[in-house]
Amino acid sequence: MEKCRLLFSGSGGQGVITSAILLAEAATRYESLNAIQSQSYGAEARGGATRSDVIIWDKPIFFPKVNQPNILICLTQAAFDKYIFSIRPGGTLVTDSRFVKNPGLVDARKVELPFYDTVMEKIGKPVVLNICLLGAIVRMTELVRPESVAALIRERFHPSFHEINIKALELGVELMSGHAMATQ
Amino acid sequence: MHDAIKFIQGNEVCVEAALYAGINFFAGYPITPSTEIAEQMAVRLPETGGKFIQMEDEISSMCAIIGASLTGHKTMTATSGPGFSLMQEALGYAIMAEIPCVIVNVMRGGPSTGLPTHVGQGDVCQARYGTHGDHAIVTLTASNHHDIFRMTIEAFNIAETYRTPVILLLDEVTGHLREKIEIPEPGKIPLTKRLRTAVKSGVDYHPYLPREDGRLPMSDFGDIHRYNVTGLYHDMWGFPTDKPQIVYGLIRHLVDKIENNTPKITRFRKYYTKDAETLFISYGASARSTLHLVENRRRRGENVGLLELQSLWPFPADIVREACQHVPLVIVVEMNMGQITKEVKLAVDDPKKVFLANRIDGVLITPTDIRNTLRVIQGKGV
Repeated sequence: MEKCRLLFSGSGGQGVITSAILLAEAATRYESLNAIQSQSYGAEARGGATRSDVIIWDKPIFFPKVNQPNILICLTQAAFDKYIFSIRPGGTLVTDSRFVKNPGLVDARKVELPFYDTVMEKIGKPVVLNICLLGAIVRMTELVRPESVAALIRERFHPSFHEINIKALELGVELMSGHAMATQ
Repeated sequence: MHDAIKFIQGNEVCVEAALYAGINFFAGYPITPSTEIAEQMAVRLPETGGKFIQMEDEISSMCAIIGASLTGHKTMTATSGPGFSLMQEALGYAIMAEIPCVIVNVMRGGPSTGLPTHVGQGDVCQARYGTHGDHAIVTLTASNHHDIFRMTIEAFNIAETYRTPVILLLDEVTGHLREKIEIPEPGKIPLTKRLRTAVKSGVDYHPYLPREDGRLPMSDFGDIHRYNVTGLYHDMWGFPTDKPQIVYGLIRHLVDKIENNTPKITRFRKYYTKDAETLFISYGASARSTLHLVENRRRRGENVGLLELQSLWPFPADIVREACQHVPLVIVVEMNMGQITKEVKLAVDDPKKVFLANRIDGVLITPTDIRNTLRVIQGKGV
């Protein structure tokens, strides 16, 4: 397989690091792949630019950082402005159409999806935005089964949050499936 | 799915390994990027009947693990550069009084408070020379979760074997990154038990009288024997003395018990070193970047190799000299101004063939950074 390098970026508190961990952990523990997750953050607990790097491969991974992502995920305009030039030519840019306006001409396939608006309309709680995003990434990369992520959510999250998170995951998968159909 | 397979941070691996090694006392003061060690210890130690205590600072944390060790417990503390600075005085006490304990320093950018959330490897010489007076010290390091687990256990084993504090130098990258670790079955990795005296209650026990093999059996402080412990030069009873022959004997003993056992303490990994024309030497997170480059270059048919050091002190000069002997170019990769590079230059026959590839801006050195340094040395430009 080709080495899959993902860069999740956004604002502290949006949950991008949680999404990255879930994806990498599911790949390792449920799909027998190698994955590595690392993060870079400032001293702030909330706000500030946050990034998390994930590499998924079937071979050993040594250098743990992502300098040129195949898949760049930006959940804020600030994150987009900061990381857009790092994207691997021919890679995929995933943005939330509410937060990142007009990505313009980039050397990548653009996937602009209304994660925030969909989550607010169908679930009503912005806290699961990151899991909706994760659903789309899972559907796009097809390295990890959605059931594996759902199992991990059940293992890791408090039971009172299982249902809305799994619903958000399914919403993300559907959003990406719809996008794939529309662009084929 | 196997429960022993975990996807956790390097700091958490260190906690799992310490528990495997039988730790039952941890005192610490949380500091980025080592906080997860204290955090997880606070959860896990009480579950196994051990004690976790958050102290008021790193000075008291170090003192607490020394005291607890003396009473017969396996002890550890974890910190980063600023806290490690505060521990230096008590570290010297532990060396002088010969008290086994493990100090983890998850390195960040320094000096001073420096770069709390970013990586550095600037505390290598601090681990060696941070506390005052002539002394020897054991310092281990690791670049991946498998090795963090092994080296943490080695740290406890070496501490007990030689009655000495052992420093485990991790860094922000290895401490924080998540990757797979398979926790071995209990009993699979040998553990070194505390060597306790056979001297019975009511019979004179000499805490600092070595056996024929040089080892000093311990007696749990506060149990059946009364004895003195001091940071002053001391006799076999543990009482202060300034008799030159005793002072001489003790300092020789403190240094020799480590330095003379360098081959036994030395840990390393070799990758493609047999036919290497360029040999990289690295450790910790830098070794990951170096190995990435070495694997890539090997696929292109270039004869490059890596010697990854897992014990930094006592410096494995013999291993380094031997590995560099027939290699025309040696590049040391580290995230400081060349702290191990200087040791390598001292170890090899021709120091002029040793170069430094480094990065000191809080960013993990990349394979491209190393390749660029290599190309400049080879006169090819970047």
